Amino acid sequence: MTTDTEARTTTQIYRVYIKATPQAIWDAITRPEWSERYGYGGRVEYDLRPGGTYRAFASDDMKKARAEMGGSPTPDVIGDGEVVESDPPRRLVQTWRMLMTPETEAEGFTRVTYEITEGQGGVSKLTLTHELEGAPRLALFLGGGMESEGAGGGWAEVLSDLKTLLETGRSFHSA
Amino acid sequence: MTDWSPILGNVTDDDRVFKALADATRRFLLDRLFERDGRTLTELESDLEMTRFGVMKHLRVLEDANLVVARRSGREKLHFLNPVPIRQIHDWWIDKYTERQVSALADLKAELEKEDTA
Repeated sequence: MTTDTEARTTTQIYRVYIKATPQAIWDAITRPEWSERYGYGGRVEYDLRPGGTYRAFASDDMKKARAEMGGSPTPDVIGDGEVVESDPPRRLVQTWRMLMTPETEAEGFTRVTYEITEGQGGVSKLTLTHELEGAPRLALFLGGGMESEGAGGGWAEVLSDLKTLLETGRSFHSA
Repeated sequence: MTDWSPILGNVTDDDRVFKALADATRRFLLDRLFERDGRTLTELESDLEMTRFGVMKHLRVLEDANLVVARRSGREKLHFLNPVPIRQIHDWWIDKYTERQVSALADLKAELEKEDTA
């Protein structure tokens, strides 16, 4: 049993306002042709019904970068999980496990909730809540705490890049 | 002409971020949340010699700038640090510096090739 305090200190919440429709944001999260254009640039695969599978694939750039750094070979599937709740284009709840290293794989499944609300003037609000109990390594990585080791800026970088892509048609991390 | 709009997005949003950061108390509150996220007003208040109302006002400014996200949990309101707006500003600058590096390298290449043929 974890206490309330533990639960809230291991939860990360990110929020970004994007000048885009909820549907565009939903597509950017759940469709591979969008997911490969921002953030870590890997394709995603979603079976959007409760119990459906989720998989995230390593991009070629990621494999190359890791090989150049002399790290262990990057697996093809770098993340997996299961869809818990899917209410397009407003709410997606899923489990999420990172398979990049044996350590993160051993930390097991965490829980991610995406909430999208439409605001005024064509601006939508995206809130991502990641419950990371029992996954300190994953929490460090996603919080951007491993950026100096070449692991990227985590969720903040991904969401910032997503905003840039949807608002401008280009992103920092892909051509 | 440089097109600023794609990078800055909404200028007023960035104004709010800079304004929120231009205060030592608010930066202190963000530091506290960076150390440990999901704190209540009571916890945050105990670190400051300030009235509860004063701390609430500062948190309000941080929330308006989207630097803090507040979430209800039962009877409590928990405060989480949201780094995305700061990341936006960071990415904007990184992009500018990367562009400069690339053009510097392109200049160097042109320069060296010119010498080659001379």
